[in-house]
Amino acid sequence: MSALTDQIAAIEREASDAIAAAPGTAELEEVRIRYLGRRADLPNLLRGVAQLPPEERAATGRAANEARRALEAAIEQRAGELAAAELDARLLQDRVDVTLPADPLPALGRLHLMTRTQREIEDVFLGLGFNVAEGPEVETVYYNFDALNHAPTHPARLETDTYYLRQEGEFDLFDGDTRLLRVHTSPAQIHAMESGPPPLYIIVPGRVYRPDAIDATHLPQFHQIEGLAVDEDVTLADLKGTLLRFARAIFGDEREVRLRPHFFPFTEPSVEVDVSCFHCTQGITPDGRRCSVCKGTAWIEILGSGMVDPNVFAHVGAPGYDPERVQGFAFGMGIERIAMLRHGVTDLRLFYDDDIRFLEQF
Amino acid sequence: MRVPLEWLHEYCAPDLDVFALAERLAMTGTEVERVETHGVSGLEHFVVGKVLDARQHPDADRLRVCQVDTGDGECSQIVCGAPNVATGQTVAVARPGAVMPTGVRLKVAKLRGQLSNGMILAEDEVAIGIDHDGIMVLSDGLAAGTPLTEVLPLSTDVLVLEITPNRPDCLAVYGIAREAHAATGAPLAAPPWTRDPGVPGPVADARVTVECPDLCPRFTARVFEDVTVGPSPAWLKARLMAAGQRPISNVVDVTNYVMLLIGQPLHAFDLDRVAGGELVVRRARDGETVRTLDGQARTLTSDMVLIADDDGPTSIAGVMGGARSEVSQATTRVLMEVATWDGANVHRTSLALGLRSEASGRNEKGLAPEQAMDAQVLATQLMIEVCGARVAPGTIDVGYSEPTRPAAAIRLRDARVSGLLGVEVPRSRSAEILTALQFTVADAADGLDVTVPAFRRADVTREADLIEEVSRLGALQDLPASLPSRRGASGRLTDRQRLRRHAADALTAQGLHEIIGWSFESPETAERLRLRDRFPIDLRNPMSAEQARLRTTLLGSLLDVAQRNRARGAAVVRLFEAGAVYAMRDDVPVEPYHIAALLIGPVRPPTWRDGAPPAADVFAAKGVLAGLLDAVRLPWTVRAADPPEPFLHPGRAARVDLGDRDAGWLGEIHPSVAALWDLTDPVAALELDLEDAAELLAVPRYRDLTSFPAVREDLAVIVADGVTAAEVIAIVREAGGALLTGAEVFDVYRDEQRIGVGNVSLALRLQFQASDRTLTDAEVATRRRKIAAALTDRLRGRVRDS
Repeated sequence: MSALTDQIAAIEREASDAIAAAPGTAELEEVRIRYLGRRADLPNLLRGVAQLPPEERAATGRAANEARRALEAAIEQRAGELAAAELDARLLQDRVDVTLPADPLPALGRLHLMTRTQREIEDVFLGLGFNVAEGPEVETVYYNFDALNHAPTHPARLETDTYYLRQEGEFDLFDGDTRLLRVHTSPAQIHAMESGPPPLYIIVPGRVYRPDAIDATHLPQFHQIEGLAVDEDVTLADLKGTLLRFARAIFGDEREVRLRPHFFPFTEPSVEVDVSCFHCTQGITPDGRRCSVCKGTAWIEILGSGMVDPNVFAHVGAPGYDPERVQGFAFGMGIERIAMLRHGVTDLRLFYDDDIRFLEQF
Repeated sequence: MRVPLEWLHEYCAPDLDVFALAERLAMTGTEVERVETHGVSGLEHFVVGKVLDARQHPDADRLRVCQVDTGDGECSQIVCGAPNVATGQTVAVARPGAVMPTGVRLKVAKLRGQLSNGMILAEDEVAIGIDHDGIMVLSDGLAAGTPLTEVLPLSTDVLVLEITPNRPDCLAVYGIAREAHAATGAPLAAPPWTRDPGVPGPVADARVTVECPDLCPRFTARVFEDVTVGPSPAWLKARLMAAGQRPISNVVDVTNYVMLLIGQPLHAFDLDRVAGGELVVRRARDGETVRTLDGQARTLTSDMVLIADDDGPTSIAGVMGGARSEVSQATTRVLMEVATWDGANVHRTSLALGLRSEASGRNEKGLAPEQAMDAQVLATQLMIEVCGARVAPGTIDVGYSEPTRPAAAIRLRDARVSGLLGVEVPRSRSAEILTALQFTVADAADGLDVTVPAFRRADVTREADLIEEVSRLGALQDLPASLPSRRGASGRLTDRQRLRRHAADALTAQGLHEIIGWSFESPETAERLRLRDRFPIDLRNPMSAEQARLRTTLLGSLLDVAQRNRARGAAVVRLFEAGAVYAMRDDVPVEPYHIAALLIGPVRPPTWRDGAPPAADVFAAKGVLAGLLDAVRLPWTVRAADPPEPFLHPGRAARVDLGDRDAGWLGEIHPSVAALWDLTDPVAALELDLEDAAELLAVPRYRDLTSFPAVREDLAVIVADGVTAAEVIAIVREAGGALLTGAEVFDVYRDEQRIGVGNVSLALRLQFQASDRTLTDAEVATRRRKIAAALTDRLRGRVRDS
């Protein structure tokens, strides 16, 4: 043991204490400079090893190097500890009030209740194998009435019931080419059959127009969905089954439907379809009142339908609509009416008022 | 159609309460709007009374104080205001507790100090007549205390029915009796027209000529003499009242009664006011006028049919009688007309004149000629019974002859019944139903041969019509629920329909609410939007000026909705609509599918640390456009609009191309236009025609992903202020070649001192990349020099050193 190696050991001890005592990274750097910097004792000792007697050089040099490496490792470790502690301290300084409001996500808009309902109905019928077809809203007397077997005396032809277009020349209510706004989506039946042979399974959503005075259940514009299935053997029972699937999809799996005879010019037999009320039991609500949705009747009328009248097929004629060989059913429903029933909307006018507070609800 | 149950029961009386009957009728095809009670209730309080004494009220000139025996052993004091009340009369009395047709319940009252225990009744007070001149005086043979219901038709339930246009036979009490019979099995009484007091043969004092037999298939007439015009008996008035028809005089009431009972209109002429005693049925001459019963002068055209006498037109055929030959109190001779008219002609006439009546509503359906004589017979019975008339010998009957052959039968095939309905109906059941409906059936090899009764002839002409009859009465209630076999059919949306759904979803994802506007607009909207030459479609019969035209743009409804929501306090308005707009193109209406959006207010919601986000402007609109079109993968470009849409801010407007087709616009609404909708903040909007956009859709193809690094460089170029960013980018891309994989503007800078007046500096971020190698600095430098040179050559641009 030389005095020199004792000195090295002393420096190492002293430095180790200083490293352990350094309160922060800045102080630690000072310690490093003091003990390992260019002008510190340990490097100086190392530089002085050359002057030592040869038998001491090796041991002293080794001791000095080991001491330096040990100190470097200690500094690195201590630096890591101090950095982590200082980061924690800084992060604590960065504390926020987490009860302040969040940054809102980009707000989502809503599809209109009519569109949502239309899509849901479309999806039910897509699943039943129907395609979605379209037809023009500006129609002719031929497509809106004549081809749909409306008698010339049918009251819907009156100017009080149908919008006609202003036109040059004399206006003739009975001329097949006279233009009007369709009062139902049914003209699309004719267009669809004219465009291809059966089998034909389509629904046709769209706007329709009737000059009705505006109130809670009537508007001059609303939306319908038409349905048409034509094949060799489509029956009235198939109509009932199809509409039963529809009613259950929209109004709940427990629903039943019933067919009530009615008259439509373009179907024979014609029926109105009622769905069992989803709001009460036999007309009485759970709290014992007369149900306001079905007016105590336990049934709600949802659409008109029937078997396609042979005269309609005859109007279409080719290709392949021979009334002796094909048959089918047709139906038409008001989309807003379905939406009102399902969502408890009590005033049809809300659909076209477009108040954002209404739009946001669905 | 109002059917008093009391009247119906004379012909068919099912053992059902009125609600059960209504339900059964509804489920077999006769729609019941509601069930009403006509007349009084609390019937036990209505009795026959004897006026024992009637004295002047001490304190009221027009009131009498009566002592009335109402059979309860005591004498009731009743104050009465009728001028005809007198001692000794037998009268109708309502005692306290009685409920009048108005719903008022009688109580013991004091009238000018005198106690009154009820009322002595006039007929209008119990809604069995309209007379209010005095109280009803009953037959003296009635005992006091006799329930009044035994004497007068005081009350009946009424079925208020909605009759579909194919069933004019149901616009009749007897017609509903037939339905009730078929629906319930209750017996149907024989038709009321079987006993004819009149005789066929010529009529001495009246002649009829029909000059247009095509429009008047049958015209019958009878003459009645010694007619005493006066009020009808109580039972007749009560039935008319309950059916909603006001009693007028016995002769007129008879015509209305017969019409309501069997559905055939008829008209009574005062024969002494038929000039020349002859009626001529002919087409009107253009401009000829008739004064109708309602006092109006009607001008006719040659399409219309009238009935004339020697003095000219006296009636509009099938629609309304004339004032000149109207039956009056002085009438003693009546000519009763019952005719069959061409339904379509009556319909057109009543439309053209704006004149609808109970008669025209039935005649326009085209009634069976057989019915005319049925009505004539029934009217004859009643004229004799009710008007004291004597029927003159003979019957005028023009144009009709009994058919020589029976009507052709319709074959109802068993297989067709089950094939159409999807359920087996035994032939015997079909026969039973059709027979109950008064059809005649005979067995055939594969079904039934069915003969249709005259009153259903217009409605039932084919096998399908017979199947409907069988279905409504015999098959619907137990119909199974099956599904079509759907051979070869599968359901899916078209590309176009899917594009529309995706487009709407892309806009809701950006926070826009969908609205549904009116297809209608006011012509004024086009003026406010400064639109010209849009070839709008106008309506002939709009409900109002606000709805007189079909919209040519979705912008109007968006602005309307924005205005309403702003007025209700909405700070942020982000809306879109998708749907048709309308115009005439080459004289053909077109309805292209548009989608449009409108934005007002901050682009993001303000928060506590960002209190004032920027308001939506033209770039917000462009952002919505990009979000929409990128989401649906339509190729698009935006270019400066020249000239801009007239309703847009001229400096902040653009046109949008889809593919290489102009498809719409975006920008900020001109402040002067927005102000017309009370919108003072900037309004950003866009509208696209998506009608043919689906044609641009392609299935996306995979592109190889490269792992070689990209080199990013910035480049600033000073160009004249009029040069657009799009022009700069286009030149950069062209010069950059295939290695340039990205170029976008990230800064725009103007500074007169440093880059000169009228110049703008655009800073571009460029990205170079190759798919097969790492680019060298030299390669990138070469491209960059080419880009700089192109900008200098083609735009006189100065590339600033970076």
